[in-house]
Amino acid sequence: MALKRYVVGCFDDEEVLFPAVKKVRNAGYKIQDVYTPFPVHGLDHALGMRETSLHTAGFIYGITGTTTALAGMGYVFTQDWPMNIGGKPNFPLPALIPITFELTVLFAAVGMVMTFCYLCQLAPFVRKHHFHPRATDDLFVMAIECTERTNVEDLKGFLQSAGAIEVDYQVAESGWWFGRYDIQPKLYAEENPVIG
Amino acid sequence: MASIREQFEVSGKMKTWSMGLMGVGILAFIIGFITKGLSSDEHQQAIFWATLLYNSIFFLLICNASMFFICVTTLAHGGWQVTFRRVPEAISAVVPIFGLIAIFILFFIVFGLNHGDHNLIYHWRIPGNDQVILNKTGFLNPPFFVIWTLLSIGLWSYLGMRMRKLSQESDEATMNPEQGSKWILKNTVVASLFTVWFGLTVGSTTPWLWLMSIDTHWYSTMYSWYTFASSFVSGMALIALFIIYLKNRGYLEYTNDEHLHDIGKFMFAFSIFWTYLWFSQYMLIWYSNQPEETTYFQPRTNNGVWKGVYYLNLVINFICPLLILMTKNSKRNYTVMAFMAVLIIFGHWMDFNQMVMASVSRDHVTLSWLDFGIAALFVGMMIFFVGKALAKVPLIAKNHPFLKESIIHHT
Repeated sequence: MALKRYVVGCFDDEEVLFPAVKKVRNAGYKIQDVYTPFPVHGLDHALGMRETSLHTAGFIYGITGTTTALAGMGYVFTQDWPMNIGGKPNFPLPALIPITFELTVLFAAVGMVMTFCYLCQLAPFVRKHHFHPRATDDLFVMAIECTERTNVEDLKGFLQSAGAIEVDYQVAESGWWFGRYDIQPKLYAEENPVIG
Repeated sequence: MASIREQFEVSGKMKTWSMGLMGVGILAFIIGFITKGLSSDEHQQAIFWATLLYNSIFFLLICNASMFFICVTTLAHGGWQVTFRRVPEAISAVVPIFGLIAIFILFFIVFGLNHGDHNLIYHWRIPGNDQVILNKTGFLNPPFFVIWTLLSIGLWSYLGMRMRKLSQESDEATMNPEQGSKWILKNTVVASLFTVWFGLTVGSTTPWLWLMSIDTHWYSTMYSWYTFASSFVSGMALIALFIIYLKNRGYLEYTNDEHLHDIGKFMFAFSIFWTYLWFSQYMLIWYSNQPEETTYFQPRTNNGVWKGVYYLNLVINFICPLLILMTKNSKRNYTVMAFMAVLIIFGHWMDFNQMVMASVSRDHVTLSWLDFGIAALFVGMMIFFVGKALAKVPLIAKNHPFLKESIIHHT
């Protein structure tokens, strides 16, 4: 439940955003994330983010689905309740493939969605901190995490010189999401002077 | 633009390789013709001609798949393929040549292999009083076969040539946006004609006519789609191979990992699609278990001698692409892509081999030096003619309206 301080810069143009990301990273600041209204190609690369392992998780879920389907149907049709259906063998592999396929897809899809929500700390009734509401509309919002040594005013000026049209300072909680935003209103009232 | 190498030159090594392969192929052809083609054993003759048949059709269809790829991307107003568009164009330039060879072989089988009361490969040619075949003669008869074959190959060649011409015309002068959109419209018209004709031929009738009719009693509506998927995925693999070759020789500066990644996706996706059709065709017949339908699978599964080839096929064409091409990194790795492209082409070549030969020779597997020799002949010809076509025009369509989109393409 650590409180973290952020300097937030808003950009209204992709062509300004990319050089700005580069400048900020070169200056040694730590970018928490850039929130965009739509997927921006190459931004993850520019931010130097490591590649997501969501697809590895998806592969594992898929295999789990395949195994579950084959093991489940295999058990039912050979051990639990063997039946003669149209003279086919008790473990009729071709007939089981469609269901195996479906379960593979189901496990992979549902598993990946849930993992994605877990990684992004999304869940019903959890209120996420929005650095800027217009990040869902027409602004690219860059949140930079401040350390003890960060000079907030310097950083603000730096962002403005890099082309940010709006800069402010915010305190938000980071970390795990259970009960994380209980004290949020108080925080906003005391520590979030909005500039710009 | 000035610094890039626009003009491809056929290297000595490429020439040597293509000549060498053709030499091996011609040698195999001659020895095969003497030992099998002129043999008094009808079965050996059938094997010889069927080998020529499936090889010529396989290589014709995978080259034709290149033009299909260009046409569908044109129709979809896709821009990402423009930097390497001249490569599939060059590959499709081989269609008229391979088409002529295929026409010769097909017509020879239909008209030259009639031995008394039966044809060695196409049993529908002389139906006798076989009621099942007589019912099919509306579709399976020599005049229709001849007309449809000529029309298919003729229109593929003609419309492909139109597309290539349009592409080459764009090199002459830069286009303003208005001329550009007009030019794109012209492309779209020809591409849609080609796509429709492709659907009527490769997508439905032609594989029934050329390949499925070998098992005259049997039928599967899935068969053409299966053939199409096979030829399209190997066609994409072929494009990938040529691109990797050109990249290694220092050409195609604007084509990079991103484009290769997308081609890899095509190879991956259509391998899965092929498997889907493979399975659909198999499962329905397995499930209903009708004698007239299961004849096709008797030599190929269970106790059939072709079992090994048939299932190896599934491993090469499904499990290998599924596991190896699944990750992003492998689709961006030139070595992995080249390996997979060769594997996929080989796998689908073997698939065609099994589709034709298991029907002609149900009791023993015929995969031998003759198959590899004839394949070498076609591969050699393909390298030779594609190299020639590549060298004829600049490697980059520099005035294509979507070129910029393709250069900055990002997957």
